[in-house]
Amino acid sequence: MATTSPPGVGLLKGLAVTIKHVFSRPSTQMYPKERPDLPPRSRGVIALMEENCTVCMLCARECPDWCIYIDSHKETVPPAKEGGRARTRNVLDRFAIDFALCMYCGICVEVCPFDALWWSPEFEYSEYSMGLLLHEKDKLREWADTVPPPPPLEEGALPPAEVADAIEKAAKQRELAAAEEAEAAVQAEATTGAAAAPAAGKKAEPEIEVTAGQIDQETFDKLIAEGKSERIARSKAKAAWVKKEKARLKAEMEASGGGEAAAEAPAPKPAEVHVEAGQIDQETYDQLIAEGKTERMARAKAKAAYVKKEKARLRAEQAAAAATPAAGTPATAETAEAPAAEAPASGAPATDAAPASGAPAAKRLGDVHVEGTGEIDQETFDRLIAEGKSERIARSKAKAAWVKKRKQELLDQEGDA
Amino acid sequence: MIELTSASATAFVAQAVSVFDVGDGFVVPLLLKLVFILAMFFVVPILGGYLEHKVMGRMQDRRGPVEAGPFGSLQLVADGIKFIQKEDVIPRAADPWVFAMAPGVALVPVLLVLLVIPIGPGVFALDLELGLFYALAISSISTLGILMGGWASANKFSLLGGLRAAGQLIAYELPLILAAAAVALQAGTLSLVGIVEAQATFLIPGTDINLWYLFPQLLGFGIFFLAAMAELARPPFDMPIADSELVFGYMTEYTGIKFAMFLLTEYAGMIVMGGLIAVLYLGGWQLLPGVPLPGCEGAGGIFDCGWQGQLLGVAVTLGKMMLIVFLFVWARVTYPRLREDQLQRMAWLVLVPLALLNLAVITVAKVVF
Ligand code: SF4
Ligand code: SF4
Repeated sequence: MATTSPPGVGLLKGLAVTIKHVFSRPSTQMYPKERPDLPPRSRGVIALMEENCTVCMLCARECPDWCIYIDSHKETVPPAKEGGRARTRNVLDRFAIDFALCMYCGICVEVCPFDALWWSPEFEYSEYSMGLLLHEKDKLREWADTVPPPPPLEEGALPPAEVADAIEKAAKQRELAAAEEAEAAVQAEATTGAAAAPAAGKKAEPEIEVTAGQIDQETFDKLIAEGKSERIARSKAKAAWVKKEKARLKAEMEASGGGEAAAEAPAPKPAEVHVEAGQIDQETYDQLIAEGKTERMARAKAKAAYVKKEKARLRAEQAAAAATPAAGTPATAETAEAPAAEAPASGAPATDAAPASGAPAAKRLGDVHVEGTGEIDQETFDRLIAEGKSERIARSKAKAAWVKKRKQELLDQEGDA
Repeated sequence: MIELTSASATAFVAQAVSVFDVGDGFVVPLLLKLVFILAMFFVVPILGGYLEHKVMGRMQDRRGPVEAGPFGSLQLVADGIKFIQKEDVIPRAADPWVFAMAPGVALVPVLLVLLVIPIGPGVFALDLELGLFYALAISSISTLGILMGGWASANKFSLLGGLRAAGQLIAYELPLILAAAAVALQAGTLSLVGIVEAQATFLIPGTDINLWYLFPQLLGFGIFFLAAMAELARPPFDMPIADSELVFGYMTEYTGIKFAMFLLTEYAGMIVMGGLIAVLYLGGWQLLPGVPLPGCEGAGGIFDCGWQGQLLGVAVTLGKMMLIVFLFVWARVTYPRLREDQLQRMAWLVLVPLALLNLAVITVAKVVF
């Protein structure tokens, strides 16, 4: 008891404290009925971005429980230049974490020099058998889809070095593409429509390479359904996407016919069809959540839905645009600035790897790259919280809402211009 | 028991009539009284236990039970069913007979005390002339059960717990009885019904303001309340159980239904003590001091009620019991456990002298006015 207060006052103060808590809201979260409100950086499960792993073995060595199992083999890569030295490269064969042993210390995540390991807040992976807690690399790769984006930078902060690099690179690429386009236009005037097609195809190639992260969802889903490993499915789906893109471009090129139009019309396409992987189709997402699907599944499906929709819409617009080609090509540079500025840090999983494709493009919704760097639409957020949604869901929805709004604004501005 | 009953029948104090004495028969009133006592024994402690779970939960920013029954109200019933299903383990070194009897010896006295506690106008099983004496005497037998359990378990924690319980119960029995004696002195009767009646007719000398004994005997009330909490071995007086040092004290070796009996002893004990405090200090089934129940006539407007008055009276008493249970829980959540020496010092150096002082003051006041 404090010496200043008369005896017994401390006892009464204690009673006051406890009675106050009777009237405050209990902090219980009714877990199986409600999603728990986890802090965004919770240590639920460890995700592996397999693409980033160089098999340096640091994580396996540092793990206090020795519960990371890595197998790899070396491959020889032919020299890049004539007469150069052949190099060896580590190829990951197996990467497994035994979550029955893991004590969630996070040392492996800390120590990985290549950002290949990440914490994900997912925690519902209990099993009836201990052996099933050994997550192989396919499963660890799946967890990577659930890793939340990094927290937003402070206002006025310099962009991280890799982002600054990406912006610079994107700017250069844009110039290059513009130059090539001009060349192609000149060529097209000289040659026939048939000759223009391969030129355009060639030109489209670097752009497609830039968006190498894109996958053909259909192919991917099919392969996964056939039981292929995710890695194979992913790489095949990428190839399929590139192939499709090229075929489509060629076909459209031919359809659009005339010399000048041939050069003009295909240009916008690659940029349009470049659909940011991080975007989700809010409608589909909401519907799936309402159907009781897990957030992860809903997100993945919603992404696919978004890509599909976007493509369909763009195709329709293409048809309309064919009538009035070259509608707003000059203004392209400004529009393209937006995505470049927001290009995220390389390797951040589940962040939307908005590739800096500075294609000369017409102003269409697909071009208005607005990427969530953490801004949220406060209104939506507040509303969802009021509706009793968990903070995590509310935040992600509010982000989507913000992106949508932003896009609409940009479009409106251009409309006015 | 039978002798006591016949003694009360010939008492000179006008005996209140129990509502269960229907007709002239012997069997029907007996069955009714049994049903009443058993209901008091099983249902009301569950109410008290539910209140404890909920209040304690809310005080600790939890929700308390929510799953079993509406708002988790059947949690204790579910717990009881669970205890019945559990294996009944008797340690090999234990004295099997004493070990098995101990929970019963602790539990039955609580049941017996319920006999004399009136919870409404005419709603009681027995109105003994020596009611208060009987209640305090019988309830100390529980200590014997606890001591038996502690000794028979053949476990050092149990033994320590049992001995602590014995020491504690003896120490706090004294202030409890002294405080109760002051009430009996002021009321001029040991009958619990008589004490309620005396409170209904007690006026501040020189005025016609009716008061419960809580006000003239505030000190006595505090002593009785603390001693009751210690008698029940509830935190902050739970040295006999002290789970952080004695595992679970005298209950360490008990499992299943026997453990449940010890638990029921605690909850029913809370109800009994709540009932005693309501009767001794809070005016029994009176709604407010000086306010007669609707439909009641008789002394102070607390007897000869219609059935509505009786129901209301029962509700009022139960409400007061629950209030006392709430106070027990409130203290339990707020205060840390006392050390054994603090506990004993508090009983002998604080409560006993204060109780004697209280008794002396009441005696003088009784003589003067
Ligand atoms: S978090 Fe688990 S896997 Fe990683 S280092 Fe710690 S124990 Fe090993
Ligand atoms: S530390 Fe990172 S890069 Fe090295 S083996 Fe582990 S996961 Fe791969």
